[in-house]
Amino acid sequence: MRSIRAAAIGAVTLSLAIAATACGGGSSTAGNGSNDSPKTLTYWASNQGASINVDKKVLQPELDKFKEQTGITVKLEVVPWSELLNRILTATTSGQGPDVLNIGNTWSASLQASGALLPWDAENFRTIGGKDRFVDSALGSTGAQGKDPAAVPLYSMAYALYYNKKIFADAGIAKPPATWDELVADAKKIKQHGAAALGAEGANLSENIHHAFVFAKQHGADFFTADGKPDFTSDGAVAAIKQYVDLMAKDKAIPPGNAEYAQNQSLSDFAKGKTAMVLWQTASATFKSLGMKDDEWGVAPAPTPSGTPGTGTSVNSMVAGINMAVFKNTDNHDGALKFVKFMTSDAEQKILNTAYGSIPPVKAAQSDPAFNTQATAVLRSTLAKSAEALPQVPQESQFETAVGTAVKELFADAAAGRAVTTESVKARLHKAQQQMPAK
Amino acid sequence: MSSATSKPRSPMAAPRSFLWARRIFLTLLTGFVLVPVYVMISSSLKPLQDVSGTFRWLPSGLTIRPYIDIWSTVPLADYFVNSAIVASAATVCSVVIAVFAAYAVSRYRFRGRRVFTVTVLSTQMLPGILFLLPLFLIYVSIGNTTGIALFGSRGGLILTYLTFSLPFSIWMLIGYFDSVPRDLDEAALVDGCGPIGALLRVVVPAATPGIVAVAVYAFMTAWGEVLFASVMTNDTTRTLAIGLQGYASQNDVYWNQIMAASLVVSVPVVAGFLLLQRYLVAGLTAGAVK
Amino acid sequence: MTADIPMTTTTATAQVDKQAAPGKSPGAARGPRRTGRIRRIALPYLLLLPALLLELLVHLVPMAIGILMSFKELTQFFIRDWTTAPWSGFDNYQLSVDFDAPVGEALLHSFLVTCGFTLLSVGLCWLLGTATAIFLQDTFRGRGLLRTLFLVPYALPVYTAVITWAFMFQHDNGLVNHVLHDQLGLTDKPSFWLIGDNSFIALLTVSVWKGWPFAFLIVMAGLQNIPRELYEAAALDGAGMWQQIRHITLPSLRPVNQVLVLVLFLWTFNDFNTPFALFGKAAPEAADLISIHIYQSSFVTWNFGTGSAMSVLLLLFLLVVTGVYLLLTSRRRKTADV
Repeated sequence: MRSIRAAAIGAVTLSLAIAATACGGGSSTAGNGSNDSPKTLTYWASNQGASINVDKKVLQPELDKFKEQTGITVKLEVVPWSELLNRILTATTSGQGPDVLNIGNTWSASLQASGALLPWDAENFRTIGGKDRFVDSALGSTGAQGKDPAAVPLYSMAYALYYNKKIFADAGIAKPPATWDELVADAKKIKQHGAAALGAEGANLSENIHHAFVFAKQHGADFFTADGKPDFTSDGAVAAIKQYVDLMAKDKAIPPGNAEYAQNQSLSDFAKGKTAMVLWQTASATFKSLGMKDDEWGVAPAPTPSGTPGTGTSVNSMVAGINMAVFKNTDNHDGALKFVKFMTSDAEQKILNTAYGSIPPVKAAQSDPAFNTQATAVLRSTLAKSAEALPQVPQESQFETAVGTAVKELFADAAAGRAVTTESVKARLHKAQQQMPAK
Repeated sequence: MSSATSKPRSPMAAPRSFLWARRIFLTLLTGFVLVPVYVMISSSLKPLQDVSGTFRWLPSGLTIRPYIDIWSTVPLADYFVNSAIVASAATVCSVVIAVFAAYAVSRYRFRGRRVFTVTVLSTQMLPGILFLLPLFLIYVSIGNTTGIALFGSRGGLILTYLTFSLPFSIWMLIGYFDSVPRDLDEAALVDGCGPIGALLRVVVPAATPGIVAVAVYAFMTAWGEVLFASVMTNDTTRTLAIGLQGYASQNDVYWNQIMAASLVVSVPVVAGFLLLQRYLVAGLTAGAVK
Repeated sequence: MTADIPMTTTTATAQVDKQAAPGKSPGAARGPRRTGRIRRIALPYLLLLPALLLELLVHLVPMAIGILMSFKELTQFFIRDWTTAPWSGFDNYQLSVDFDAPVGEALLHSFLVTCGFTLLSVGLCWLLGTATAIFLQDTFRGRGLLRTLFLVPYALPVYTAVITWAFMFQHDNGLVNHVLHDQLGLTDKPSFWLIGDNSFIALLTVSVWKGWPFAFLIVMAGLQNIPRELYEAAALDGAGMWQQIRHITLPSLRPVNQVLVLVLFLWTFNDFNTPFALFGKAAPEAADLISIHIYQSSFVTWNFGTGSAMSVLLLLFLLVVTGVYLLLTSRRRKTADV
């Protein structure tokens, strides 16, 4: 009997030990950074290029350069977008993460609230050359106001209206629409010539949220009150979302099939000449990879109610982009800062942003002629003049899901031919708001 | 392949109504089963414009290009190796452990036997989502305290998957071992084998169909799992289940490549499954449904 | 194939325990053979030990931690070290079952969708599987080929099967609309299958396509155990083919069905892979299965406390259903036996 008891006790002890270590798991790694392994860094890059392999090809030579300069080896992993947030989440919970990582800039405040990222106080900023090297609009999307930023801008992007020159010429449209009314009018002409007017990704939650945000701005509405409470059902917000969904439901500018798009099918339609316009962020590299020549498409600022992009109700883009963050518990604190400094240096900014077709958030790098082409000039001026950051509140990621899903369901209604009314929009948004965590 | 199941129901000839019902039913069912398989195969041989335009039954031209491109679009070969290692290791371990456990339950009367079987089997009711995060935390803390890297490694995944298939395997094998006459292992014991010797030399050979069935099940479980793989792998240990999503996250959805890759991924499992189906039916007959 | 084929417990153990009762320690010898006896008693435990440890590590301890988490306010502010998250008592549970508020309402909706989906899916899988097994019982030309063919959907990895269906269900370029709308003209305009109300049908189709061969396999195995003499006796009594199926085949399959239906039920109710591969992280309302709903409540909105509470409720529900089911079916079986 003794051995049975021993085995039983052994099993129980073991399970308790497992449970105990599991309980201790977070705290043992939640400490602050150290410099225990000064020669290596792990870096999670987001998928910016046409494929993971393209990203590796772009980044590896730069990482080699960094190694030459500092002797630090950077282990690169390019994480697909579908996994990135989950991976960050699990890294946060367990303390087992990379040293340096890319985050979608809209997540900054959410991730900041978890306390896992290194705050960029004045001193940290000094080590990478100072906060004033960066463009203000990009800095506006690095964390909650009044707190030290949780990340540093790396690539900036903005929305613009891309249009197919040939379809426009065939339909007799002289210049791209500057207002939504013009866009709707042009859409009618385009459809008479057999093409679809505007592409959209109706089932893609982030795309939905980006457009919802801009339309809300144009209606003078915000999704969060000044003290950070969700406010999704204001008249302005409801009208904004209705206007966006009406592009499919009422104006028929967006073809119904786009309601189920979530994997950039709208870009592929555009490149094939099936749709005449698409609202997208920095799409030029993508068009090229889809086989569309640079002179086949044009780019113009995204429409606004007034026709002139600006601030307030004339905002026509969110501040899109990628930030770079350092995990607080890194075991190579100094190396991580060096790496961020390297990646945000003027020279690297030019190389990387050129490769990805984005705009450098670093002022000095922007003057490079590479960022003054037809594609980038519009984006640059949008970022400088008429782009605003998504709400920098801790519940931002939940907001993306809740409102993004509401818009997706509304598109599904529109596509099925069901009426989209002020009431139905309001009901969806009300439900979305109730799903937000109570603060 | 049919020898195991060809046991005619009755010597009587089937009436015409039965034959017609059978004909119609089986035709419709074959269509339902085959259409997706046909779509998968034909689309994998189509050029990109065929799969990204309106559906067509017959390809405008045949190309094996997708089968070449799949290897460079995502590192499919690496994922393949990962999946193969993880699934094989999980299968082998799961079968061995299940054989021992089922032998104990089938041949010994001991205290806690019922508790053991009930507990192990009721774990199959657990929603995966409930223990995904805790399991992950446990792996990480084991790594921190002992230095054994479970999280992000193939080892952690193997451990997880083998446990997933364990309850069903144990349960099936208990049924199967019960059907192996006890006289056999008692004879072996008399011949001087120890209990383990009797298990390995007599019971295991007699229970081969059951063991094969369990192995197939364990392999398929590990080969197809998505949820845990999505959190517990990184780019060096990513399995096919997650890796296949790589084709969809490109700027264009390369449906022909997705279908080609799906086919390449499926062939080993489907082939193995179909080759072993005879054992599977035999194993289930004696083990699970008795 | 999903990760978990849930399996019933009590049928197997109940049978086993009946045999277990007599001969607990057959002829235990004392004295010099003591060590041998200890070894013999310890042996089964040693054989069980690996399985036991793994179950503890991968299933039981994590489950316990999961249950602990359900009593915590585990939001993004505390995920960095979950042990420091404040206890919230039954708040998470209250939130989940307050069916007047949107969170509870959504959970209830998702639960009802899952119930409807599971009933239909299990019913259809069982029907197709049983019918096919019976039709394939006699030898005829092509039978072996058909049987092999029918097992293909089950053998395919779940994500490849679902991706293929997603491809076929596309609105603009999918096969389903091509056939229903373009070729047969059954609908006025192409339907949406991956969004909106039809998504339920799409999910059900995929689930049945993938799941029925399992029922087929089990019923086929069950048919092997029906003694041939029963049919011969019935034939002598003049029972036709259809009558034999009704009076012999189906009743004899009852014990098999008891297990099969329960397995399919648990498996379908907990299925995550199919809806996730078909719809991604946000399923349409009409096809918002509970597994995806909970996943979204915990991973996408970063509220692991509420997510865990919902999982625990789901687990309790499944336990109750399984218990009641086994109680009812085994009682019926007993009375049928008498």
